[in-house]
Amino acid sequence: MRYPLPTLFAVLTFLAPSWAWADWPQFRGPNGNGSIAGNDKLPAELSKKTIAWKAPLPGRGLGSPIIVGDRVVVTAASGPEQNLLQVLCFSKSDGKELWRRSFWATGRTMCHAKTCVAAPTPTSDGKRIFALWSSNDLICLDLEGNLIWMRGLTLDYPNASNSLGMASSPIVVGDTLVAQIENDSESFAAGFDLVTGANKWKIDRPKTANWTTPVVLKSGGELIVALQSSKGVLGVQPATGSEIWNYSKGAATIPSGAVAGDTLYFPSKGLTAMRPGSGGGETKPLWNERAQNPATASPLIIDDKVYIINGTGVLSAANRETGERLWRIRLKGPFSGSPVASGNGHLYIFNEKGIGQVVDLSGEEGKVVSEIELGETIIGTASISGNALYIRSDETLWKFGLPR
Amino acid sequence: MHARILSSCLSALVLAGILGFDSAIAKLPAELKQQIAAIQAVGPEGAGNPAAAIAFKELSASRTDAILPLLRAIESSGPLARNWLRSAVEVIVERELRSQKTLPVDGLRVFLLDTRQAPEARRLAYDLLAKIDPASAKKLIPGFLNDPSTELRRDAVAQLVTKGKSLTEDDKAAAIATYRKALDAARDVDQVKVIATELSETLGQEVDLPRHFGFLVHWQVIGPFDNSGRDGFAAVFPPEKKVDLDAAHAGKGEEQVKWQPLVSTNEYGKIDLNKPLGKLKEVTGYAYSEFVAEQAGPAELRLGCKNAWKIWLNGELMFGRDEYHRGQRIDQYKMSVHLKEGKNVILVKLCQNEMKEKWTVEWEFQLRVCDATGTAILSTGRPATPKAEAATK
Repeated sequence: MRYPLPTLFAVLTFLAPSWAWADWPQFRGPNGNGSIAGNDKLPAELSKKTIAWKAPLPGRGLGSPIIVGDRVVVTAASGPEQNLLQVLCFSKSDGKELWRRSFWATGRTMCHAKTCVAAPTPTSDGKRIFALWSSNDLICLDLEGNLIWMRGLTLDYPNASNSLGMASSPIVVGDTLVAQIENDSESFAAGFDLVTGANKWKIDRPKTANWTTPVVLKSGGELIVALQSSKGVLGVQPATGSEIWNYSKGAATIPSGAVAGDTLYFPSKGLTAMRPGSGGGETKPLWNERAQNPATASPLIIDDKVYIINGTGVLSAANRETGERLWRIRLKGPFSGSPVASGNGHLYIFNEKGIGQVVDLSGEEGKVVSEIELGETIIGTASISGNALYIRSDETLWKFGLPR
Repeated sequence: MHARILSSCLSALVLAGILGFDSAIAKLPAELKQQIAAIQAVGPEGAGNPAAAIAFKELSASRTDAILPLLRAIESSGPLARNWLRSAVEVIVERELRSQKTLPVDGLRVFLLDTRQAPEARRLAYDLLAKIDPASAKKLIPGFLNDPSTELRRDAVAQLVTKGKSLTEDDKAAAIATYRKALDAARDVDQVKVIATELSETLGQEVDLPRHFGFLVHWQVIGPFDNSGRDGFAAVFPPEKKVDLDAAHAGKGEEQVKWQPLVSTNEYGKIDLNKPLGKLKEVTGYAYSEFVAEQAGPAELRLGCKNAWKIWLNGELMFGRDEYHRGQRIDQYKMSVHLKEGKNVILVKLCQNEMKEKWTVEWEFQLRVCDATGTAILSTGRPATPKAEAATK
């Protein structure tokens, strides 16, 4: 069954916090599932013609750009040990750098060469920017770049780090900033006050490395944060961290889950769907499909389908009510970033070699309709706002839009 | 000659700066002092953030005359407050430069050359100067070769590396001298590796890297003790209660284990417990070394390790970490310590887990003693470095 666009729009609107529709305020968009409604005029062609602007970046980073109003914000880290943490704000319209702030890391900056210290995607509540780095430095700025608060989470919790690097992105849920600082040693998740940065809650988490990002779904009439880890998925109240429900059959620690309405699709023994109710306790899956096995890229949800990319670069579409695979096509991999899509019926993904690919989703099966070689390594995920697509490498931030 | 004149001028500037700053501090408006104090009061778990945010807003609205007091305040600030102060400076600079205003160039130069100030703040001052007058800033770089700021020092070392490369073909002796000078000054591991490679492989020179870094390479080790289920990390085995190098203890499986010497010949000071004890799994080992400090004072123990570990200095636990096989590098963990004059004893606990993958074989660590800049502090009577084997990392 296909959900009519107005229905999807209504569901997404219900889930959306205070940010405007045009914004892309966090990792994998306003719904944390890679898709955004509207943006029908986003070009299906990625080419030199559709590069609206590009801007140089001063340091390494793989966190996605976020779009807040007329601003594009990215993080970076520079210096021989990536000890200088940076937040950069660009004008959405012309790519002009509006401001740049730099901070000295207070936590450890060691990480695997493939990732980097600016791995987490920042987030915003529309008034403030919240940026987290692998060093566990967590910083809040206003939209003009004024510091509101700063936390050094490794100063507070000295064994909270991962020598391979941390990458989970924080999210805003209501008036709480939620972050998973999960690792082999001092592993925790916490909710922070948006205004002061103080802990609202902090809970112990499984002592295993985990790079997944929390997602939000409606469960029993309220918004619940789903914290994924190797042990499974824990649903907690965003304001208190109190457990609401649990799924304890294990889950992936690299690709994150994706939400559509009250249903969570997450990498666990392939792909698993579940719809936690209000009763709490252990949650049972709606379905599990072992053949749908996400690798590094997180699932994408648009309309009635869920899309995953496996370890060999094969993109699969599945019916999200049943998990049944509908089609699959091979893309040019390998992929570290995740696919994104708008209401224009196309999927966008960049591989590690910097090749952007556009897949038309409107037919019986997906078809690659456009490619561009950006010539730089790309490990991150694109963002969509205002009929434009944004992608960054270590060195460059690009905007793709309609030709001028 | 030119360098000497430059040096004299810089010294004069520093002296003037010190005097100038003293009077400047005295004249600081009470309001500015209060704002800086509010920022310096930020503490653990978000304490003080609301008051700091108010102070920040006021400070960042200041004119350029607040820049130098803010930079000076960084030296006496904690790691979070330093960032608040830096950010206030950045906001002021951004606004003033956008308004075509000038920065206090002379004051920044004096601050930069005042080595009593916080190294990272001095680097920020350098970056601001370079933004205004890149050519003049670049001329200062050679003077940073032995600077307490490793970031400033890095630029000077890089210039020497470039010079060394240009000399290698035509004047080997000059190239060696240049690289030796660069090595003496280098503190960043990546630069040291580049210089050492040029000296040893291109120019045929011997390089004593363990001594350069201050790695401890002479140890006594004992094991294996148990680490089944990773419980060994928390367990207290006999060496943690008392180090008696003549004692034998019940090890894993009731096997009697004794202390034995282990001397590393690795260029980067790796102490590999697999060599004396075998490639074991789910085991715990200990390593003991003595360090004779010429004088009491602050130092850093810097450890690289991919196994779970704990470290004690003179019987006091410094830190411990139960992470396995996520990566290892030199200076991965930095622990500020206080050395006592004379003999200091160091005990390292090293746990190996159950993983079987080929990248989980390592059961090793590398430990050095240095100051806050990474300059080696050598034990009095340090033995000659054993002949090095090829570097593995």
